Amino acid sequence: MLEFLETITGVPTPLLFGQILLGLINGAFYAMLSLGLAVIFGLLNIINFTHGAQFMMGAFVAWMLLTWLGLGYWWALILAPLIVGATGVVIERLMISRLYKLDHLYGLLLTFGIGLMIEGFFRNQYGSSGLPYRIPAELSGAWDLGFMFMPVYRGWVVVFSLVVCLATWLVIEKTRLGAYLRAATENAALVQAFGVNVPRMITLTYGAGVALAALAGVLAAPIYSVNPQMGTNLIIVVFAVVVIGGMGSILGSVLTGFGLGVIEGLTKVYWPEASATVIFVIMAIVLLTRPAGLFGRA
Amino acid sequence: MDMHRRSLLAAGSAAAVAPFSRARAQGGTIRLGVLTDMSGPYRDSTGPASLLMTQVAAEEFANRGFTIEVVGADHQNKPDVGANIARQWYDQGMDAIVDVPTSSVALAINQIAREKNKVFLNSGAATSDLTGPQCSPNTVHWTYDTYMLAKGTGNAIVQTGGDSWYFITADYAFGHALQRDTTRFIEAAGGRVVGAARYPFPATTDFSAFVVQAQASRAKVLGMANASGDTLNTIKAAREFGLHRSMKLAALLMSSTDIHGLGLEAGQGLLLTEAFYWDLNDRTRALTQRVRARNQDRPPSQVPAGCYGATLHYLKAVADLGVAAAKADGRATVARMKAMPTDDDAFGPGRIREDGRKIHPVYLFEVKTPAESRGPWDYYKIAATTPAEEAFRPLAEGGCSLVRS
Repeated sequence: MLEFLETITGVPTPLLFGQILLGLINGAFYAMLSLGLAVIFGLLNIINFTHGAQFMMGAFVAWMLLTWLGLGYWWALILAPLIVGATGVVIERLMISRLYKLDHLYGLLLTFGIGLMIEGFFRNQYGSSGLPYRIPAELSGAWDLGFMFMPVYRGWVVVFSLVVCLATWLVIEKTRLGAYLRAATENAALVQAFGVNVPRMITLTYGAGVALAALAGVLAAPIYSVNPQMGTNLIIVVFAVVVIGGMGSILGSVLTGFGLGVIEGLTKVYWPEASATVIFVIMAIVLLTRPAGLFGRA
Repeated sequence: MDMHRRSLLAAGSAAAVAPFSRARAQGGTIRLGVLTDMSGPYRDSTGPASLLMTQVAAEEFANRGFTIEVVGADHQNKPDVGANIARQWYDQGMDAIVDVPTSSVALAINQIAREKNKVFLNSGAATSDLTGPQCSPNTVHWTYDTYMLAKGTGNAIVQTGGDSWYFITADYAFGHALQRDTTRFIEAAGGRVVGAARYPFPATTDFSAFVVQAQASRAKVLGMANASGDTLNTIKAAREFGLHRSMKLAALLMSSTDIHGLGLEAGQGLLLTEAFYWDLNDRTRALTQRVRARNQDRPPSQVPAGCYGATLHYLKAVADLGVAAAKADGRATVARMKAMPTDDDAFGPGRIREDGRKIHPVYLFEVKTPAESRGPWDYYKIAATTPAEEAFRPLAEGGCSLVRS
């Protein structure tokens, strides 16, 4: 099979393995970001276009913690999601909560606008060329896998994000809190009648979704330059991932995130010019054949 | 919707940054529009600093009997957005458009300036086609171009034994031109290009896939035919994947602002080509002294310096020709610019050739190690200097129709 692939494509098998692995790593970012989006959409019915900016804020907060307070990567992994999540809570309370009764479009426009303002603010303060953030000493270096050179940090990204995705899925599907969340999605008024504080739950859910974006931002800080545009390119792809996986489907967005990372990675080998487009072609095909997405309920 | 909002923004920023209305002189008003990247990846190496340096040139040339107005706008690196603003500006009495980084946008403005017989002073775009097949009697290309960068960095590396190359190329006019011009030097020296990956610009964040392909190609040199944030991310990925141990990294277009973002730790030892550096000589240091406080306490980098030099020389030509004549005929103004020798604090003495190419000495710099650097912005040491007449593509080779053979 592999020899066959090698013969018809002209790409050596080891290189192909390497690219699949790299695709999984990029997929890890897609999965974590689309997970946050899916959680927010599932409960709030808000298409959170601020997500890219919140991812970027996670990376910037990591940089600030290091530069201003001397707190390194491991602290950032805990503190940055909390800090950025808290700003999410404020945004939800002050602005987004006023739009729940209106059409999706209003939430989309509001969050899109907030995202542009946040990016503009960071661009004015820190410019566009980015800030350096180093890989923590414990995770630097690389393994020689024989077929490729694998940086330890990239391996860490995949493992860590798999754990986070799994934990999020468990919380939502297997715990009492998750059961409340899912019930509130179905019928908020009824859940409230049972004495659950639904508005607070919604606020915290938004905060948690935002915290996931920030966590992905901290993971990204050492490998991409920390700059205000870092979320912009990623977020469009991530939206496609969510649409392909099925809006609001947790498991769908995680699996689709990893899967599309691999497909994009392979496209970078065979037809690099199309690597930005391939995901949208898939999105169009999925929407035509399964409008609710691969894992969505129609 | 997007278009509308962005054009409003552009109009708004144009109004907001129009500080010039000096005492009304009788000789009329020269209007300059700085069309640049205010919000994207090239903002730090062009953007607000280009606007500032154009204003500085206007201030230094004030009180010569005419008024000078400078405004700025954001083209967002999109040819359609840039072309719309340019048409609007020229139709409303703008005399010259300055800067315009991003080659695809610059090529669009190049056509419009010619069509409307106005002036286009380019500093930020790199494609050598602006003075080659697409050359125009209304355009001056000031700071650098892909041929000069390819010769400066590419040729230097080929000469030290880097004879097989793999390119990571931004998939648009600039990346293509830079790869093409560098390939010419590689092949002329008997080397070869073993492969290339063209990635979508500006939609690519992760370069690891391309870096690993480059590694597998067994080439000796990785040619980065891209710029700014993309180059930084490519270098970071190359270091992460250990590429720098087996291959030489050739960053074909980098500016001191990029080194600032990369840090000396990761950037040390890189070779790069620039036409201007703030710490070159007494004149460049004096210029830096004058503007640093207004430029977020940073010395100017080469593209804003080019906006300064081009604007100053344009204004000299306007004064020489007369304001009314200059406003009426962009072609005649550019012809006058070519006829007069240039001289400014950033680039020293030089001249503009028939094809619109401004020529000046070009420097190959090596990025200092953290230990060598005396402080912020002390980043370069000179590795080689190419004289003006040798640094750019020979006049006859560009295929420019303005050149009489």
